[in-house]
Amino acid sequence: MISLLQVQDLHVAYISGAGKVSPALEGVSFDVLPGETLGVLGESGSGKSTLALALVRLLPGNAEIQKGAIQFEGQDLLRARPRALERVRGARIGLVFQEPSLALHPTIRIGKQVSDVLAAHEAASRAARHQKTLQLLREVFPADASRIADSYPHQLSGGQQQRVLIAQAIACGPSLIIADEPTASLDPTTQQEILELFRMLREKFNLSLILITHNPPLLAGLADRVLVLYAGKVVEIGPTEQVLGSPQHPYTHALMQSVPPGLDEPAKDRKSRLRVIPGEAPNLAVLMNGCRFESRCTDRMEQCAEREPPAVAMSEVHAVSCFKYGE
Amino acid sequence: MDRLLIVEKIEKRYGRAHVLGAKQEVTALLDVSFSIGRGSTLALVGESGSGKSTLALCIACLERPTSGKIVFNRNEITVLDEKQLREVRPQIQLVFQDPARSLNPRFSALELVSEPLLVQGRLDKREREARARALLGQVGIPQEKALQRAEEFSGGQRQRLAIARALSLEPKLLILDEALSALDCSVQAQIANLLMELQGRLGLTYLFITHDFAMAGHLAHEIAVMEQGRVVEIGAADEVLGTPNQEVTRRLVAAMPRLTAEAHAPRAV
Repeated sequence: MISLLQVQDLHVAYISGAGKVSPALEGVSFDVLPGETLGVLGESGSGKSTLALALVRLLPGNAEIQKGAIQFEGQDLLRARPRALERVRGARIGLVFQEPSLALHPTIRIGKQVSDVLAAHEAASRAARHQKTLQLLREVFPADASRIADSYPHQLSGGQQQRVLIAQAIACGPSLIIADEPTASLDPTTQQEILELFRMLREKFNLSLILITHNPPLLAGLADRVLVLYAGKVVEIGPTEQVLGSPQHPYTHALMQSVPPGLDEPAKDRKSRLRVIPGEAPNLAVLMNGCRFESRCTDRMEQCAEREPPAVAMSEVHAVSCFKYGE
Repeated sequence: MDRLLIVEKIEKRYGRAHVLGAKQEVTALLDVSFSIGRGSTLALVGESGSGKSTLALCIACLERPTSGKIVFNRNEITVLDEKQLREVRPQIQLVFQDPARSLNPRFSALELVSEPLLVQGRLDKREREARARALLGQVGIPQEKALQRAEEFSGGQRQRLAIARALSLEPKLLILDEALSALDCSVQAQIANLLMELQGRLGLTYLFITHDFAMAGHLAHEIAVMEQGRVVEIGAADEVLGTPNQEVTRRLVAAMPRLTAEAHAPRAV
């Protein structure tokens, strides 16, 4: 199958006022197939939000894309002109961010905020937009779309606000949705409802989904594949059940160990100490030759501090960047 | 077991002024009763708006319940006046969700941890510094970082500072209000271990407020589930998680994200 999105060797750095360069992404490559859900798993500072913004060229002014290519629907977004980007962003690629209360305008009714997205991308009459807005809201609020359309954001709960953002994201019939921690500020029950909504919508509209999170359990049952980012690099990528179920990279392995055991574990294992990853993520402004995880790794070897481990194919679909598996 | 905290039938109503002048009453807590054994952990679980944080404020003597009784360390605190409450408050300390907002970013680690001692007028300057340095050691902040400002620490280290600050007045009860929720998984594990270690070493009692049932099951001996201002279910952690009695508990347990094999079975693309 031909990829919908192909990211090759993406390098992004933040440049401080004094000219100091802090790399955020270094040589990130992956692809997303049509209809596929890719989970991006990373902790603070891994570069996961930088990746989300870089994909749609919405990085802040102090960030610089140093090299790479982002092929999407036949064009390289890194070389696209601003007008071409505007036709992609919000139309072909929908975006959903973490804090819905910040993304919505507080004094404009919901219906208008959804129809504004249509107005920005499609030449349609006001009446046609109104019709389509209600139809979109019905996708995410089957029961009371018209009441929601007349509401202001403060009259909605966090979960309802997130549904509005999702309606905006699907408004122009995108082929890809990028969701950066879409459920982080929500209750567990609401969280499940929003994930269920993503599940339903991706089937219905054959959407590809990039779901970015720091929480591994969220990706189980939703993502087809998982990409693990650590300190700006892809350390492991593969099918979800392999990456989460039998992680191969020492970082992924340690990360999965630090999740508190669920109900499926015997009670006596629950009150014990959690396994932790010693130390902290590295400061990327300091130049490093070897593996980013070397100082915290329990499996470290001599070459780990000297050279960067290349990606090793465990199978056709599963790759790990670690010397444990050869080079 | 000796109960450090006993909450009996407390109720909290807030009056809310309506636009048209009529006063509306909101009941935040209704007939809430439970107790926590000395040296143990009770997790308070519930959805947003269920009253968890109001209850925490009442226990910390920062809000007065409208009716009912709270007994802390054999002392009925709901009848105390403001002056007497000032004696009680240091013994109950709070750790909040986001240390980036709850700590002054310009204060050094040392200033943050010794400030409560300064405010309470305890110890002289040199003793305060020695005590603060000892506390930083207890929570795993290296001594060479004692003069670093809060804003220069990572999220996990800032939460360590918040815990050290809370411990500075030698409290008996720590209220952990979503204290792990804003942290990354691997950092959550580090802080959870630190909390367990401190509990073992100092005999602390924890009220752990969370909506993360997995972490509640891991850290707490008992779990109380709240819904619409009431405690609807309470019991030993394993029983509440294993055989939930109430609809809301079952819903919350079902919403726990899981990593079991069938949860991530592949899907045909």
